[in-house]
Amino acid sequence: MRGKNLIGIIFSSIGEKSLGALTQSRTMGSVPFAGKYKLIDFPLSNMSNSGINRVGVIVKNNYKSLMDHLGSGKPWNLSRINDGLFVLPPHINGSDTPTNRIDMLYSIKDFIVESKENYVLLCDCNLICNINYNDVLKSHIEKNADITIICRKENKFLENTPESTVLCMDKTYRVKNILIDSPCNKSSQDSYVSLDMMIFNKNLLIDIINVCKSHGYTNFKRDVIQNSVNTMKIYGYEINSFTYKISSLLEYFNSNMSLINENIKRELFNSQNPIYTKTYNNIPAKYTENCKVKNSLISNGCIIDGEVTGSILFEGVHVGKNSCISNSIVMSGTRIGYNCQLSYTIVDEDTVINMGRKFMGFKSYPVYISKSKII
Amino acid sequence: MYPKQKVVAMLLAGGQGKRLGILTEKLAKPAIPYGGKYRIIDFPLSNCVNSGIETVGVLTQYQPLVLNEYLGNGQPWDLDLMDGGLQILSPYQKSGGGDWYKGTANAIYQNIHYIERYNPEHVLIISGDHIYKMDYSKMIAFHEKNNADCTIAVINVPLDQAKRFGILNTHKDGLIYEFDEKPQKPKSTKASMGIYVFKWDKLKSYLIEDENIKDSSNDFGKDIMPRILSQGAKMYAYKFGGYWKDVGTIQSFWESNLDLLNPNTGINLNDKNWNIYSHSPNMPPHYISSQSKIENCIVAEGCSIHGNIKNSIIFPGVCVEKYSEICNSIIMPGAKIKSNCIIDYSIVCENTVINENSKIGTKLAVKHCNKNSKNKHNITVIDQNSIIKNDCDLSFAKEDKGNMDVTKAI
Repeated sequence: MRGKNLIGIIFSSIGEKSLGALTQSRTMGSVPFAGKYKLIDFPLSNMSNSGINRVGVIVKNNYKSLMDHLGSGKPWNLSRINDGLFVLPPHINGSDTPTNRIDMLYSIKDFIVESKENYVLLCDCNLICNINYNDVLKSHIEKNADITIICRKENKFLENTPESTVLCMDKTYRVKNILIDSPCNKSSQDSYVSLDMMIFNKNLLIDIINVCKSHGYTNFKRDVIQNSVNTMKIYGYEINSFTYKISSLLEYFNSNMSLINENIKRELFNSQNPIYTKTYNNIPAKYTENCKVKNSLISNGCIIDGEVTGSILFEGVHVGKNSCISNSIVMSGTRIGYNCQLSYTIVDEDTVINMGRKFMGFKSYPVYISKSKII
Repeated sequence: MYPKQKVVAMLLAGGQGKRLGILTEKLAKPAIPYGGKYRIIDFPLSNCVNSGIETVGVLTQYQPLVLNEYLGNGQPWDLDLMDGGLQILSPYQKSGGGDWYKGTANAIYQNIHYIERYNPEHVLIISGDHIYKMDYSKMIAFHEKNNADCTIAVINVPLDQAKRFGILNTHKDGLIYEFDEKPQKPKSTKASMGIYVFKWDKLKSYLIEDENIKDSSNDFGKDIMPRILSQGAKMYAYKFGGYWKDVGTIQSFWESNLDLLNPNTGINLNDKNWNIYSHSPNMPPHYISSQSKIENCIVAEGCSIHGNIKNSIIFPGVCVEKYSEICNSIIMPGAKIKSNCIIDYSIVCENTVINENSKIGTKLAVKHCNKNSKNKHNITVIDQNSIIKNDCDLSFAKEDKGNMDVTKAI
């Protein structure tokens, strides 16, 4: 069923500073992930699978590769006669390039005002998950909430997330307090971490944007959410399925690697709620007689003549004879020659690694090789 | 008004391909999966697009559901255009009654009005039966240079095989003076590939004339070509010299798939100058586990491989469980191979489940390997959507139609 009473807004640039060089030539939404996807595929596919017909993607700068990827929105079934996918570039209202959520929302206020739907979902691109937003909307309406924040119970990943927003809730999931940038309190039983996906009542969101603009507020979390805990009905919505929030290069590396586990892969990429992406016309992967491949994810277009262990190869990667790739991520179009060795390495797109080169990172500190380099 | 097109291609995709047995029982031949992600029809369609021909009528008749769904609006081949593009042409009811397509020529005859819309100079007639990469624009240039009424693409075949083909005898410049349909004593080795270019005005008159002959079987090769040659039409043979394989039998279908694993056979699908386009399924990258061993294979997306595979073509979404061994085989989309199975010289069709400890095709293959030359194997075919029970021994079976130890999925 399509045409839910909900629109989606995706912030495609939020969090990109945390990934350093990986987002030098691209925005957060177009960071490659899991062999053939980009990060924005997750919020877009989730929205599409939840029947959301009107999706706005707020871009800031560096969004060329994102535009290439999105096209008309067809891969996500969002190329439609009514509504569909909208890319919302900066300066819509003639303001300066917005840098925070409030300015961004203000600059696209018309997009929200013009929509006939009554609820608005806000999402970032740094969260890997497969979620149905209908259930969240249902709970939002049932509880007559002003804001519903999707959250999960703290887990081991939290150790490395410096900026977690912790929701303190009562038994009905009503949020009583919000701790921002809080070091996670392990002893507390009731700490839930916000995943920065929120559903608002549309008119409330428009009011909030206007009020913030006129007061000069700039911090969405502190000035809007935290300050309204007592005046608005804010609820949490807990999800238990696989989620991974990426806020550092190491987390990017680990989140990719976690998909080599088939159970996690199956949970994230299930055929009932598929994650869609733009597809390329590549041949299926080709393995030669000499190759040795173990415990890896391999995409179309790869030609493998060497050894690959515990790694993820994106589309069109070539691995030459006697080369050994272990625990690494190699992005699309990269060519690896003979006798190379890579271990705990992230190689960005279209890089050429010539004969005999060796790169060794460590589990807690993977080496990053940037895009379109010849080594 | 439709904009004029210089060339309109008509793709004959309605044939059954009887010699392919159960492979084509529920599937038109052009829709048979090939090469790990393609279907046979991807080849003529991609050739058209790469040759700059963007108006393609696809004539369907036999088992069209999968084929029509696959073709859709032509988007994977960039044929979803405002004018022209891909058009599926199925038999239809007319005011004076309806007819199936009786033969290849009759199929085109019934769609004269489609071709007329584009007022083309030439019509290219191709079929969805072969695996090859060919630049039709060169053939059309040859046709124009000779001011020919009809040009037929030919390929050199070994003399001892020439009697299986329609052989064309030509002068040095390619002008055809004689047809030999499956000759006992071939005079040349130029075999017709079933690819024709006609001047449209000429073709139209040939078709109308043929339709009025009562005992004609309305076939290009059998009826039209010999007759127009005898009437003095200017016909040329255009020599093609690349990889070309008729996939008309299970044996040749299997061979042409495995040709992809051999770099010396001359078919390279990874050619950026001549892409073969196809649907790309929406599946995550495939997983190769720690226990598996992969040697000389093609593996598509969405697979999960825990066993050993060698010299095989694995289509999207296939699962191979632990301790299973697959050799020299073609496993089509969505098939599940449970643990401890041995599969050799076999074709497992779509969405079939093969349960634990089954043996498919092995003894047969071994027997023939020892006795015959390496090119002659009997290939076991397991039907689509079947379920093979535990411990099933199909090592001698040739074609499994679901009647031996097999429970059919409904």
